[in-house]
Amino acid sequence: MSVANRPVHRPLSPHLQVYRPQLTSVLSILHRATGIALSVGALYLATWVIYAAASPKAYALFQGFNTSIAGRIVLGGWLFCAFYHLCNGIRHLFWDAGYGFELKDAYRSGWIVVAVSLIATAVSWIVGLRLV
Amino acid sequence: MSDLRTPLARARGLGSARDGLHHWWAQRLTAIALIPLVVWFAISLVMLSGADYDIARAWIGSPLVMVLLILTISIGLHHGQLGIQVVIEDYVHGDGWKLALIVAVRFIAVIFGLAAIVAILRIGLGG
Repeated sequence: MSVANRPVHRPLSPHLQVYRPQLTSVLSILHRATGIALSVGALYLATWVIYAAASPKAYALFQGFNTSIAGRIVLGGWLFCAFYHLCNGIRHLFWDAGYGFELKDAYRSGWIVVAVSLIATAVSWIVGLRLV
Repeated sequence: MSDLRTPLARARGLGSARDGLHHWWAQRLTAIALIPLVVWFAISLVMLSGADYDIARAWIGSPLVMVLLILTISIGLHHGQLGIQVVIEDYVHGDGWKLALIVAVRFIAVIFGLAAIVAILRIGLGG
C-alpha cells in the first residue's frame, strides 16, 4: 500500500460519549426524548376519542389495555413526560426571551424543573391511584 | 455587530433555513397555548383513567370539554409535528428520506387530528 492510500487516523471531534454527563446536557436530551414520546402519546390520545365514538365494544377493548398493569405504566410514563416537557418548555421560553443564560441560573432553573416535574408526577400518581 | 447578509437576503428575511421565522414562531406559539391545556388535560386524564364508556362519553361530549379537547389535540399534534420535523432534520441526512419523513409525519398528524375532531363532534352532537 502506498503512503497516499494508507488510511489516515485523524482525530475526530469529541462526541457525547466522551463527556461526563452534566445536568444541562441530560435535561436537554430528556426534553427531546419526552417530546418524541409525547408526540406518540398525542396519537394515542386521538385514538382514545376515536374508539369512544366508535362503539362500546371498541372502547372496552381500548380501556382493557389502559387499566392493565402495562397500561398504568404507559399512563404514569405519559404523565411524567408531560410534566417534564411542560416545565422544561417554560424554561426554554424564558431563554427565548433572553433570560437565565448565566451558568448558575441555567443550573438553578434545571434543578427547579427536576423538582417540580417529579413532585407533579408523584402527586398525579398518588391522586390518580386513590381516585381509580 | 455588523450584518453580513446581502441587501437582498436582508429584504427577504428568510435566513439559511429559507423559511424565515415561521417554524420557530409556530413552535413557540403552540407551546404557550399548550401550557394551560396540558395542565387541564393531565388532571382530567388522572381523574378519568378508569372511566367506563358512558362516563368517558359524557365527559368528552360536554360543551366546554369538547372545545378544550379539540384545542388540546389539534395544537398538541401541531406542536408535536413541528418538533419531530426538527428531529428528522437533525438526524436524517439524505434529502429524499428527509423530505419523505417530514411529509409523512405531517400527514399522520393531520389525519389523526381530523379523525379525533370528527369523533369528538360525533360524541357531543350525536349521530
